[in-house]
Amino acid sequence: MNPAAQARNKRRTVWLLSLLVLGMFGFGFALMPLYDLLCQVTGIQSVSLRSAGEAVAEPLSIREDSRLITIKFDTSVHPNLPWDFQPLERHLQVHPGKLYQVNFAARNRSSASVTGQAIPSVAPWQATAFLNKLECFCFNRQTLAGGASVEMPLRFMISPDLPPEIRSLTLSYSLMKPETPAPELAPELAPESAPESARHEKG
Amino acid sequence: MSHTSTLHDAPHHHANPTGWRRWLFSTNHKDIGTLYLLFALAMLFMGGASAMLIRAELFQPGIQLLDPDLYNNLVTNHALLMIFGAVMPAAAGLANWMIPLMIGAPDMALPRMNNLSFWILPAAGTMLILSFVVPFFPGGGSQINTGWTLYPPLSVQVGMSMDFLIFAIHLLGISSVLASINIIVTLLNMRAPGMTLMKMPIFCWTWLVTAFLLILVVPVLAGGVTMLLFDRHFGTSFFDAAGGGDPVLFQHLFWFFGHPEVYVLLLPSIGVLSHVIPTFARKPLFGYKSMVGAMIAVGTIGMVVWAHHQYTIGMSLGAVSYFMIGTIIISIPVGLMIFNFIATMWRGAMTFETPMLFAVAIILMFTFGGLSGVMLAVVPADMQYHDSMFVVAHFHYVLMPGAVFGLFAGVFYWLPKWTGHMYDERLGKLFFWINVTGFNLTFFPQHFLGLAGMPRRIIDYNVMFTEFNVISSIGAMIFGFSHLLLLYIVIKTIRGGEPATSRVWEGARGLEWEVASPPPFHTWETPPLIRQEQSA
Ligand code: HEM
Ligand SMILES: [Cu+2]
Repeated sequence: MNPAAQARNKRRTVWLLSLLVLGMFGFGFALMPLYDLLCQVTGIQSVSLRSAGEAVAEPLSIREDSRLITIKFDTSVHPNLPWDFQPLERHLQVHPGKLYQVNFAARNRSSASVTGQAIPSVAPWQATAFLNKLECFCFNRQTLAGGASVEMPLRFMISPDLPPEIRSLTLSYSLMKPETPAPELAPELAPESAPESARHEKG
Repeated sequence: MSHTSTLHDAPHHHANPTGWRRWLFSTNHKDIGTLYLLFALAMLFMGGASAMLIRAELFQPGIQLLDPDLYNNLVTNHALLMIFGAVMPAAAGLANWMIPLMIGAPDMALPRMNNLSFWILPAAGTMLILSFVVPFFPGGGSQINTGWTLYPPLSVQVGMSMDFLIFAIHLLGISSVLASINIIVTLLNMRAPGMTLMKMPIFCWTWLVTAFLLILVVPVLAGGVTMLLFDRHFGTSFFDAAGGGDPVLFQHLFWFFGHPEVYVLLLPSIGVLSHVIPTFARKPLFGYKSMVGAMIAVGTIGMVVWAHHQYTIGMSLGAVSYFMIGTIIISIPVGLMIFNFIATMWRGAMTFETPMLFAVAIILMFTFGGLSGVMLAVVPADMQYHDSMFVVAHFHYVLMPGAVFGLFAGVFYWLPKWTGHMYDERLGKLFFWINVTGFNLTFFPQHFLGLAGMPRRIIDYNVMFTEFNVISSIGAMIFGFSHLLLLYIVIKTIRGGEPATSRVWEGARGLEWEVASPPPFHTWETPPLIRQEQSA
């Protein structure tokens, strides 16, 4: 091959490959609409989309079932925590597959700021996997300034796969003062890094 | 290069600068290959140090040396240093050194771009290390505790060190895309007359497929981390459900890159084995064509099975079944390569120099890792194994033999060619035995730990897991420190030793063995003539 022809070939290959690189970079962004399209065309739906679709967008789709389940809420507060803590509703009748919200009221009786952590548990335990919490104050530690009170939401859905023999269940929360401090940077670093670690905490 | 013209007045030849200029301005494929390999060696030691800290912490249950964030930062840093810093540059170093020699070309097709793709690396490596170090400075924010997979939402919440990391990934990506373009252009346009694609040495084939894979997937990763950057700083919500985004999208983007990436790591080493095994079995490679076919099949199918890393995200039954079947199908071409290697050794006149010892060990241990891979590919089983130490054992059994040991084999195989000196065979074998024993001690017990339920990426563990963790940590110390012996052997060989002939190994075939050892600065300025037996 003469040098001129070889140089021309090289240039052409370089251009083609560069286009491919750009194309794939664009393809990464195109994947967003493409995934949606693929799911619509093929009817593939992820489990979360399916349940979200039923609970929020189409409350009466087939997957929601007509069973009525009784769910009771129970709270207890560990003596090391100077808080009052109650559900605003003691029990609810719910349909599996539908989204519900219950608020819990908490009040700090002391005058200092206090952090608490709620630990959930479900009875009977066989129902645990079927109670899906979409939002819960128990996902994070909660800090209340002295004398402050808040209402904290719990959003949940009972899965339609709940075994038929379970007709009622109890969700109880024990609220306590966490024994270990929240994982944080060394104290001497704290002032500068406060915004970062605060963001970090929320996760 | 006007500043060097004083050294040289021949108008036709490139000036050959000396001292640090020789390396900084180098456009010579051999020098750049050496730079890549040295960089990789340095990163191997840094990544190794972080791994040994991890294992030191896991020596006993409880939290002794590190804190949870630092532990996870080390896990992240270890993986990225090893994958992007050690294995990929080392493979690129072999490619730079060997591809022009093997195909009879005077240099890479784009020598100045070659210089650029190497010299981006030290900058990228610095960024990567900064992403680990920055949180320790006042105001440095939180540590990167996401693991190398960088899943949001956690990766959106990490402090500024994540921005260093994103920048490092962009640089590393640019470097490997440039190197890939260079390799493809070289392979497609610079082969000696008479060397058709189907006569090209297998190492070149593996790199052709690897380079295409890199070009196809690295830009997608770059897109993914760019979206991450935008979510972190510019108020977009690509991955934030509250703003209409979806964190799972990142997982798809990541693994669209991540799964082909494992073949990027694997294939160059398969290429090395395809030369080492015929040399020491003194037989031509069995099934050249099927080897090429298998490689292309692995590359192609490998592009469309990525979601086997995401079985637990709640895909539909149809989707998980597809990814499961696709993943299991890949083991067919991978198995074919292994069978070709075994058939090559069959009735060969084998000798077991260090490269061959590594080759045989690779075949055994890589197959084992492939088997645990098939276990993980099975959806209901993976629901149990996912994110456990079993996965860690799996990928170390495929990656260490399939990538790292393959590169070691290549280094021992070609070191006499590069330096002109034979390495110390006795020390080489000693290194092999210590290294492989250490490796198995470290990772074999992790299968049991994973099956018994020990999760990965957690600093502490249940006391019932203590015994196996102790074994694993002791193995890790043996394994880690054995690399000092490797370093010693390499330095010793560079500095002297029995002179190597140009063929070096009795059974070696191919153009690279027809130039002197060490090769002169410029080789194949007039292309060689291809004779029949030089194919494969
Ligand atoms: C027969 C071939 C293989 C099969 C069927 C297979 C299957 C799998 C599956 C299903 C997983 C996901 C496990 C989980 O997270 O639950 C996995 C993880 C992994 N595999 Fe393989 N694999 C194979 C070969 C390889 C090879 C050749 C490599 C690299 C050279 C590799 C590297 C990895 C890595 C790095 C991970 C873990 C990634 C992470 O989560 O950080 N695998 N493999
Ligand atoms: Cu994979």
